[in-house]
Amino acid sequence: MQWEPVIGLEIHVQLATVSKIFSGASTKYGTAPNTQACAIDLGLPGVLPVVNARAIEMAILFGLAINARIASSSVFARKNYFYPDLPKGYQISQYEHPIVADGYLDLPRADGSLKRISIRRAHLEEDAGKSVHDLFPGATGVDLNRAGTPLLEVVSEPDLATALEAVQYMRAIHTLVRFIGICDGNMQEGSFRCDANVSVRPVGSEALGTRAEIKNLNSFRFIERAINYEIERQTELLENGRNVVQETRLYDPDRDETRSMRNKEDAHDYRYFPDPDLLPIRINTDEINAARARLPELPASRRIRYVSEFGLSEEDADSLSGERTVCEYFEALAQACGDPTQAANWVVGELFAAVRREGIDFSAVRVGPAALAQLLLRIRGRTISNTTAKLLFKVMWNGWDGTVDELIAGSDLQQVSDTDEISKLIAAVIADSPQQVAQYRAGKEKIFGYFVGQVMRRSGGKADPQQLNVLLKSALSVRDN
Amino acid sequence: MLNAAQIEALSRLARIQLDARETAALVTQLGEILNLVERMNAVATDGVEPLAHPLEIDSRRRADEITEQDQRANLQHGAPATEAGYYLVPRVIE
Amino acid sequence: MRSVFPATLKGLAAGLARGDFTSVDLTQHYLARIAALDPRLNSFISVYPERALAAAAGADAARARGANGPLLGIPYANKDIFCAAGTRTSCASRMLDSFIAPYDATVVERLTAAGMVMSGKTNMDEFAMGSSNETSYYGPTRNPWNLDCVPGGSSGGSAAAVAARLAPAATGTDTGGSIRLPAAFCGISGIKPTYGRVSRYGMIAFASSLDQGGPMALSAEDLALMLNAMCGFDGRDSTSAPRADEDFTRELDAPLRGLRIGLPREFFDAALDPAVGSCLEQALAVLRRLGAECREISLASTAYAIPAYYILSSAECSSNLSRYDGVRFGHRCADPANLEDLYTRSRAEGFGAEVKRRILVGTYALSAGYYAAYYAKAQRLRRLIKEDFQAAFADVDLIAGPTAPSVAFRLGQKAADPVQMYLSDIYTTAVNLAGLPAASIPAGFVNELPVGLQLIGNYFSEAKVLNVAHRFQGETDWHQHTPSWIGST
Repeated sequence: MQWEPVIGLEIHVQLATVSKIFSGASTKYGTAPNTQACAIDLGLPGVLPVVNARAIEMAILFGLAINARIASSSVFARKNYFYPDLPKGYQISQYEHPIVADGYLDLPRADGSLKRISIRRAHLEEDAGKSVHDLFPGATGVDLNRAGTPLLEVVSEPDLATALEAVQYMRAIHTLVRFIGICDGNMQEGSFRCDANVSVRPVGSEALGTRAEIKNLNSFRFIERAINYEIERQTELLENGRNVVQETRLYDPDRDETRSMRNKEDAHDYRYFPDPDLLPIRINTDEINAARARLPELPASRRIRYVSEFGLSEEDADSLSGERTVCEYFEALAQACGDPTQAANWVVGELFAAVRREGIDFSAVRVGPAALAQLLLRIRGRTISNTTAKLLFKVMWNGWDGTVDELIAGSDLQQVSDTDEISKLIAAVIADSPQQVAQYRAGKEKIFGYFVGQVMRRSGGKADPQQLNVLLKSALSVRDN
Repeated sequence: MLNAAQIEALSRLARIQLDARETAALVTQLGEILNLVERMNAVATDGVEPLAHPLEIDSRRRADEITEQDQRANLQHGAPATEAGYYLVPRVIE
Repeated sequence: MRSVFPATLKGLAAGLARGDFTSVDLTQHYLARIAALDPRLNSFISVYPERALAAAAGADAARARGANGPLLGIPYANKDIFCAAGTRTSCASRMLDSFIAPYDATVVERLTAAGMVMSGKTNMDEFAMGSSNETSYYGPTRNPWNLDCVPGGSSGGSAAAVAARLAPAATGTDTGGSIRLPAAFCGISGIKPTYGRVSRYGMIAFASSLDQGGPMALSAEDLALMLNAMCGFDGRDSTSAPRADEDFTRELDAPLRGLRIGLPREFFDAALDPAVGSCLEQALAVLRRLGAECREISLASTAYAIPAYYILSSAECSSNLSRYDGVRFGHRCADPANLEDLYTRSRAEGFGAEVKRRILVGTYALSAGYYAAYYAKAQRLRRLIKEDFQAAFADVDLIAGPTAPSVAFRLGQKAADPVQMYLSDIYTTAVNLAGLPAASIPAGFVNELPVGLQLIGNYFSEAKVLNVAHRFQGETDWHQHTPSWIGST
């Protein structure tokens, strides 16, 4: 028999608020245990929750970004169960009336067509704390710093057909939540994680098979491997005429397998009911419209536009559209220089390389789109060559504070190719920068750009870049005894 | 009416240990309480919207600001068992 | 003991303002009465003489600097359900016997800001679950009018303390009648404000959608003075009503001419002790003499208030009390073998029988397969009850009736029969379900035990309720009677 997997994801998006969803304690990651668990987070007798306005705003933004319905009235409910990292004995979540419902996301297929993944709901809830099992002999330690951190749980329909598709969907959500600024997307810190519901059924069957839920997957690689393992495991069971048990399983990345979590004595009976400490959240159309006005054009739309409007390749469009700072930079550059293809080449080429080299975030690039546009215009005006421009770009990156034209004028395009003169400048720079020299010689090669910049600056931008490169490399490699 | 097994299931869900004497007493007492509760069924409530709160007003929202500082020492003062800032419970095996 | 002190807040404020006595004098006086008389009543769980005297000295110093205020320097007794930083806040439960609150409830903060001096924490039914004060871990409180009788619950300690003049006023909370019933049984005045008036922050939750704090005192006028200090919007309580502060004394003396009082047929039923009924007839005659007109009304759905109330309050309590798990505060069993043992034994040891019953009933009502039949059904009845009241208030300004079907019963009389105990609240729970304000004031005696008259107002009409109560007290002296054995103040 042929089997096909059916996969749905529940993605937990940690919202990037500064304070918790129901208390004024900080959500900062990585502080000493329980120093960010205030009386409310601890569920002390008598305390009460008050909801964070920003968390609601973020949920609305997300809802709009997935074309969902924003509930005019949504309700917080209590999910009751006992666990040491759940301080009140219940988690405040949303059950019957989530804030976001009936959305979707379109994933591009290899052939360029789109596959629509339906998103059943997204609801607000509080995170639990953390249990530490290996720190105390015979005891589990409970750290409630994370308790009360706002989460948006995004629940897809079981529309995903393969592990790869699940990863693609999860990446798309990851890109989206970072793009609209509601989550930092940091998977190591658990800011973005998911549970996968996996079942298998005979091809052509309408009915769903029994599913297993794989908990707490926090990397794209693990998700793919865990789902694939689970599909194989279930298929094998069914092939052998056995049944899949509905249960919660945990993925063990070291062994690359999923295993059953200890079955709780009493089957889960969460006894959901509306939280009587909280009133319904009402959201009117004014609020929704205001959020819509703040919502940026989303990656999917930009990607399509970059291809159709700007004529970029799918690949470039893809790499330029995923991050808000990148596409804003690119679009500003394209607009200012008048040539989207050239702009794309430079962003994907020089800028990405520089960002990678220095290990910085794109938002920290050191040449703005307006200045770079000037440079690109001079290439198109044939004032300078592309090669020269790349060298000038390095000067700019390293802190040129004049205009591009001053830089070019300074160099007069009369490139200094006098080896002696360049060597003198190099020697002077080396003499003035013992620290940087030591660093370079200690292996910190990316500091090379600093020397290029310094020599260029002292030559008024006239030093022949290629010659400068060669001479500088040899000068720096010479060790004085 | 609830039988002893049902009472025991509830006590597990509520994490309250009961001895046999308590369970037996609860069979009678909860039975009487539920008889009282069954009176509700005399009223037709079809089409009546459940009322969760006497004042049907909207939720207030607080600004996203940090108002709480570290209070660990104060808050753990009377805790049953703590070490190195953690609350301790018997070892949980996952 | 000295007998120069007036009984009421109003009188005490005047004496303090005139300099007849200081707050320290007054505080010492009440502390001495507590020491002398409370061993027979058991109305306090904890008394804080040093803390109280320090606060009193502070109030005297403030007055010397020119501060004033109707409550400045006056002692009060605080129900042991309100957190007060640095004091044990036990809710009369073994579970919280060791719990020292690390923060002040909003109510405590507000009373402190008004200059009131907390003398101690009063006894109550465990976690406010009870109508007789017999479920307290610290033993029952006794009724000052008859030490063999219960004071009513759950704010029984507060009511007994005020009735025995161990404090001129006290805080209470009312989830299904817990201010009004003990006020009636102990012959004092008490008001449960509109839901949302008094912040619940720091008031340990029993049933969040029903709980409401309020004052207990010797007169309607004193209730108004204390309510002024207790009420007010609180950003820390999502269910706090966003309303401007008001002066509840403003209408106290307003004439009652033309006031329309509704008498619910369902409140004068077979359950009502005829002797209590005739006391109420006389009380209503007083109101008629003052110009009010009484008419019969019907609140048909309130017949189902008790079952709806028990489902909703038990469901909420089953969840609210899940935090008592022996992990972060409160009672933990000795040597837990594993996590389950820690939970089940800590909770078995920490909670008393009534609390366990309600947690189990609530757990049942919320569990899979029963939610619709119990919880959702009760919520629908809740709406019908609210609508009954709203319809009634279209035609009347106030609703009057008994607070309780009988006067105080004997200790132990109903303790073994939960259902009989629950029926003590048949005239009070509907008010909590609807969230309305209601007072109980003394209206006579049956067998030398006080009878309470319940006055129910429309939403946020506490000033009107207190106006009617105050005018009634201008014509009667039931509220001035004292049990003979307690001596004069």
